[in-house]
Amino acid sequence: MITETDMSDRSGAGILPRYELNGAYDEMFSAPDHPRKQYRPLHNLLLNLGPDELRRSKNEADQSFFNQGITFTVYGNEKGTERIFPHDLLPRIITAAEWEKIERGLTQRITALNLFLKDVYHEGKIIEDGVVPGSIVYTCKHYRREMRGVKVPADVYITVVGTDLIRNPDGNFVVLEDNLRVPSGVSYMLTSRRVMKQIFPGLFQKCHVRPIEQYSQVLLSTLRSLAPEGRSEPTVVLLTPGSYNSAYFEHTYLARQMGIELVEGRDLVVHDNIVYMRTTFGLQRVDVIYRRIDDDYLDPLVFENGSALGAVGLFNAYRAGNVAFANALGTGVADDKAIYAFVPKIIRYYLDQDPILEGVETFLMSDPGQRDHVCQRLDEYVVKAVGESGGYGMLIGPHSTEQERSEFRQKIYAQPRNYIAQPTINLSTAPCFVDGIIEPRHVDLRPYILYGEKITIVPGGLTRVALRRGSLVVNSSQGGGSKDTWVLQS
Amino acid sequence: MLSRVADSLYWMSRYFERADNASRVLKATYGLILNPAKFSTEERWFRAVSSLAPGSASNNVDPQRILFSLVADPEGAFSIVKCISGARENARQVREEISSEMWEHLNRLFHDVTGSELQPDDDAGAMRVVTLVREGSYRFNGITAATMNHDEAWHFIQLGKYMERACNLCVLLDAYFVVGKHADDLDWVGLLSSCAAFEAYCKACTAELKPERIANFLLLKPEFPYSVRYSMDRMHDALTAIGNLSLSRRTENVERLVGRMRSMVTYVQIGEIIAGLHKYLATIIEQCRELHAAVHELYIEYPIEVAFQN
Repeated sequence: MITETDMSDRSGAGILPRYELNGAYDEMFSAPDHPRKQYRPLHNLLLNLGPDELRRSKNEADQSFFNQGITFTVYGNEKGTERIFPHDLLPRIITAAEWEKIERGLTQRITALNLFLKDVYHEGKIIEDGVVPGSIVYTCKHYRREMRGVKVPADVYITVVGTDLIRNPDGNFVVLEDNLRVPSGVSYMLTSRRVMKQIFPGLFQKCHVRPIEQYSQVLLSTLRSLAPEGRSEPTVVLLTPGSYNSAYFEHTYLARQMGIELVEGRDLVVHDNIVYMRTTFGLQRVDVIYRRIDDDYLDPLVFENGSALGAVGLFNAYRAGNVAFANALGTGVADDKAIYAFVPKIIRYYLDQDPILEGVETFLMSDPGQRDHVCQRLDEYVVKAVGESGGYGMLIGPHSTEQERSEFRQKIYAQPRNYIAQPTINLSTAPCFVDGIIEPRHVDLRPYILYGEKITIVPGGLTRVALRRGSLVVNSSQGGGSKDTWVLQS
Repeated sequence: MLSRVADSLYWMSRYFERADNASRVLKATYGLILNPAKFSTEERWFRAVSSLAPGSASNNVDPQRILFSLVADPEGAFSIVKCISGARENARQVREEISSEMWEHLNRLFHDVTGSELQPDDDAGAMRVVTLVREGSYRFNGITAATMNHDEAWHFIQLGKYMERACNLCVLLDAYFVVGKHADDLDWVGLLSSCAAFEAYCKACTAELKPERIANFLLLKPEFPYSVRYSMDRMHDALTAIGNLSLSRRTENVERLVGRMRSMVTYVQIGEIIAGLHKYLATIIEQCRELHAAVHELYIEYPIEVAFQN
């Protein structure tokens, strides 16, 4: 725990002096030695702390994560070595005004994307009207033909969303990616807050941080709102691929927080299009499935053959309206990176509004003109495979070698529909405690959006950090870490 | 409760009890072989092996490797390390069901016993693992009793523990009374220590070591936690509690099996069974197997058709 009394008069010994601004928007400093208003209490604290106190707190936090089992398993090791998710001590602070805009912008965006999903799986008006080309929609890797004409509960396709935002050098938040399938990471947001309260109680009191602890209750009531009609006390379950999945900790954590059963595919039985789980009391009907399994593995009858993760007959039960999935199937069509380029148009088309949050300029490699433009300047662009996530299948132009670029050029020409390009964006930086001093590292922000009877965004999110100096890749699978995110009351 | 979860809890508990049993037997046996034997050290090891790794025992026991293979052999299906891993693996599948304290303790014990790369000739190292498990097991049982609801999950844990204990005790008694033909006073102390029973026995029956009295104590004593009778009473309690929770299930068969088995240790006197002890013990083990299968069919892997009839 760090409190005021810890602050001996060691000012000057400091851990901040080597903090260098590199042209990106810095979350803490507007200019060298000029902290932004919302960071002043933290800055004051840091001026008076030595590396030993911070290191001690860091160990305390790490130990707390380890003991709670907030770990992921390192694969390929029979002993099941478990590591904690890298975590940085210093909070990332967002002002009330900034958050208000994020909240409005995300609500608008998610509302429009949900309408888009309903449209493409029913009438397809947006395609008919020529706003989004059918050639792109129907070639999306995650477009699910089987979902045509399927009525989903309350017309909500995307119940749980984690949208990745980044901050431009000019300080504006822009949307980098929509994650509309099975976004993860929310357990890190929740557990890191608990640890931070133990470590910085004084800072919390000073800063008036908005709470996020209600997430699990909101998630549960959101899930219950999807229950088939007439099921007044619906049974909600969380469907996990099992204990070998890297997000298994999160699945157990959320199930325990919500007080619902954590089921695997082999626990489920479908009979007469009704889903049951095997319990010691006999079969019990299941109404809502918060599934943390990809579409492809849900039902071996309909999708990937031979998958043992789902259960036979789930999709028919779903189509019959006897069980709800969160998220619905086929939502990946709306977070395809080529569709992303059309989101501003999608928002205008359905809502007749200008987008509140901008996206990043995106070039479609399926368009010959845009493709030639980008391929001549690959060293300036980030190239992404459209159906991938987690930072896989990506070329970061300025950090690439000539050989990597020529490989990507070949891939792009071979499968143009599979790639998009965006200008390299200098993500904003935030102070991180690395190797005994505080240095800037690039960060993004993933707020979690819950879409039930209304849209709720818990004030905060997962701030992901590229822990390697200069790196722009924040994904946990690529050496990223996280920070607690504080949204201020006023 | 999900059937899979009940099954994992049951097996977590069985594996843990198996490791616990092995650590008791090995500690006692290791203490024994340090004394000069009237007959041979091999016979003492042979008894331990035949009780801990049934089926794998042959008369050629290599005393140099035996401790290693029963403690840490990654190949050996019955080693302590394997059992602790099995318990942890099952616990990992049901982390949201057990208390965090249970998980943390089991996880730490697992890391402690797997952490050191044990060499086959390192007896001291092997005995350190045995001690870790001895202490860890008392603690785990205490934490389990103190930190979780004594609900259905708890009853499945109890069922697993006492099912395993009853079977282990029968096999061990068989090894001492039937398989190993030569036993002196020291060996009888070894048997009692293998069941954590030496002090309890002395209190109840004085330090006079009479084989028949020892058999009576370990088989039929209802007050002693490491007796077959006590284990069966607890299995009966657990199954009754589970049955009362799920009134819709047809529990007649399970009730019949547990009742029949329990009568084997409730209404007999030691004089009636001591002569045919091997057959008697084999019958109990067989009945445990039947009960296990019946419980599995009733609560875990029931046929779907049966479930829809209810």
